[in-house]
Amino acid sequence: MSDTFFTTAPHWRWLIVLYFFIGGIAGGSFFLAALLNLFGRPQDRPIVRTGYYVALLGAVVSGILLTVDLERPERFWHMLIQSERGLPMFKYWSPMSVGAWGLLLFSGLALLATLGALHEAGQMRWRLLRPLHAGVLGNLIAVLGGLCGFFLAGYTGALLSVTNRPLWADTTWLGLLFLLSGASTAAALLMLLGLLRGARTRETVYWLARMDRGTLILELLALIILTVSLGPVLRTWMNVWGLVLLVGVVLAGILIPLSLEWRPRLLGRLSLPAGAVLVLLGGFLLRVVVILSSEGV
Amino acid sequence: MAEAMGFYTDTTVCIGCKACEVACKEWNQLPAANGGVRELSGNSYDNTRRLDGIHWRHVKFVEQFSADRRDGRWLMMSDVCKHCVQAGCLEVCPTGAIIRTEFDTVVIQSNVCNGCRDCIAACPFGVIEINPASGTAQKCTLCYDRLQHGLEPACAKACPTDSIQFGPIRELRERAQARMQQLHARGEARAYLYGADPTFLGGLNAFYLLVDKPEAYGLPSHPKLPTRNLAFSALWSTLGAVVLGLFGLFSLRTRGDVVEPDETSSGTVDERERHV
Repeated sequence: MSDTFFTTAPHWRWLIVLYFFIGGIAGGSFFLAALLNLFGRPQDRPIVRTGYYVALLGAVVSGILLTVDLERPERFWHMLIQSERGLPMFKYWSPMSVGAWGLLLFSGLALLATLGALHEAGQMRWRLLRPLHAGVLGNLIAVLGGLCGFFLAGYTGALLSVTNRPLWADTTWLGLLFLLSGASTAAALLMLLGLLRGARTRETVYWLARMDRGTLILELLALIILTVSLGPVLRTWMNVWGLVLLVGVVLAGILIPLSLEWRPRLLGRLSLPAGAVLVLLGGFLLRVVVILSSEGV
Repeated sequence: MAEAMGFYTDTTVCIGCKACEVACKEWNQLPAANGGVRELSGNSYDNTRRLDGIHWRHVKFVEQFSADRRDGRWLMMSDVCKHCVQAGCLEVCPTGAIIRTEFDTVVIQSNVCNGCRDCIAACPFGVIEINPASGTAQKCTLCYDRLQHGLEPACAKACPTDSIQFGPIRELRERAQARMQQLHARGEARAYLYGADPTFLGGLNAFYLLVDKPEAYGLPSHPKLPTRNLAFSALWSTLGAVVLGLFGLFSLRTRGDVVEPDETSSGTVDERERHV
């Protein structure tokens, strides 16, 4: 028996499931928007802006979810500041400590990128905002935000691995899996939002679909590696959680969307949106299974 | 730093009286479970069942009986925080609430903890839990307040059989070695020390003399630090990010202009793009 079965569950439940899901989308959205911002075409700009809006909204919601989940929410700032000395609180070897700073930094960059996007879209006309979406500063925000987005999407998996709980601590592949899932769910959400905008964003949506397809394949590979790496601990999933993983995540969240990509005639014009919705569902269920199956041990 | 202090628990002389549990509750003013309403476990004479935020000492009743109950034995073990020399909880705590004291013990500062519960998942022994009264993670402090005034912890003071012994770790180890040899000489060859040497977690400042494998007492045989997974988790994630970034760049560079698909199109996204 793995030594992880002698530990106590930390009661990380639905708020954390939601945070991992939304945080992953926020991080993935910034990464995709930054890629399009730096290397895309002028017609990609609407999705770039949407990606930044999603990133900021996701970061704000993430912060709220994490704070509410604390037993003492009024002490949320203890993550960042040493409460008795007033000095910064930072442990590079503690994923939760690094994650708190990462989320703060990501939120700041998402705010700057959003302000720039609002200026670009003509929603805010303050001239000082122009450098936020154009020139060196705009590019710097995109690069740093994209890197932070990667971090936000992936550190949550590493956070689980750096515990002593069954399943979480029995593999080192959760960070990669969550990172890829964050990217695929973000691509799916941006595809849906792009489709709502009509023909103007069609080219970007097709690129997002291509990106999503590649990410889903990588995600499937990562999930297989993770499953193998669990060894005897795999029995944690030999129950209803395994069924949800197989049907909800692998079949509905990865294989069917991939099939719809390859054979769009199956659902006609609904193929892209249906696939995107399924990817989002699969990404959510992945967090549900990973977190709650260990919590239940 | 003062000399490292700790507990040596000789489980062979524990009688399961739970005086240590009561003394701990009394001294640390821990609230009653279930609002004081009596709740029986239903499967053991032990109704405390486990360590948590309001039970910092727990006398485990390990009931080992044959199917026909002709043969059997009770193993008693007063469990507590191990005050690991390399403590997983202290390692991951993001607020700095968990500290190492001058006695080499591990203490959670309740006024700093914000209840993130990372330490609960990190502890390899399942010792820490939330105390609902304070809303913070709590566990044995090895009576830090008593130690600062030259007193021994309440549990060790109350133990009527000296199963729980308190003192400098160096002395406790010598005492435990002598006791183990004594038991071996008397024919109890199964006796061994758990956590007395730095084999795992740098050693435990609350170690045990056991007569069955660790799992029988609900203890892991090879407890580990949570950060053992950090390097590889970070490595795989970073590699994934690089691959994803390169794939994104490649797909952006190689995408063509979009050809509007008709309803009956069977082409993939790639085929819907006309390369220029």
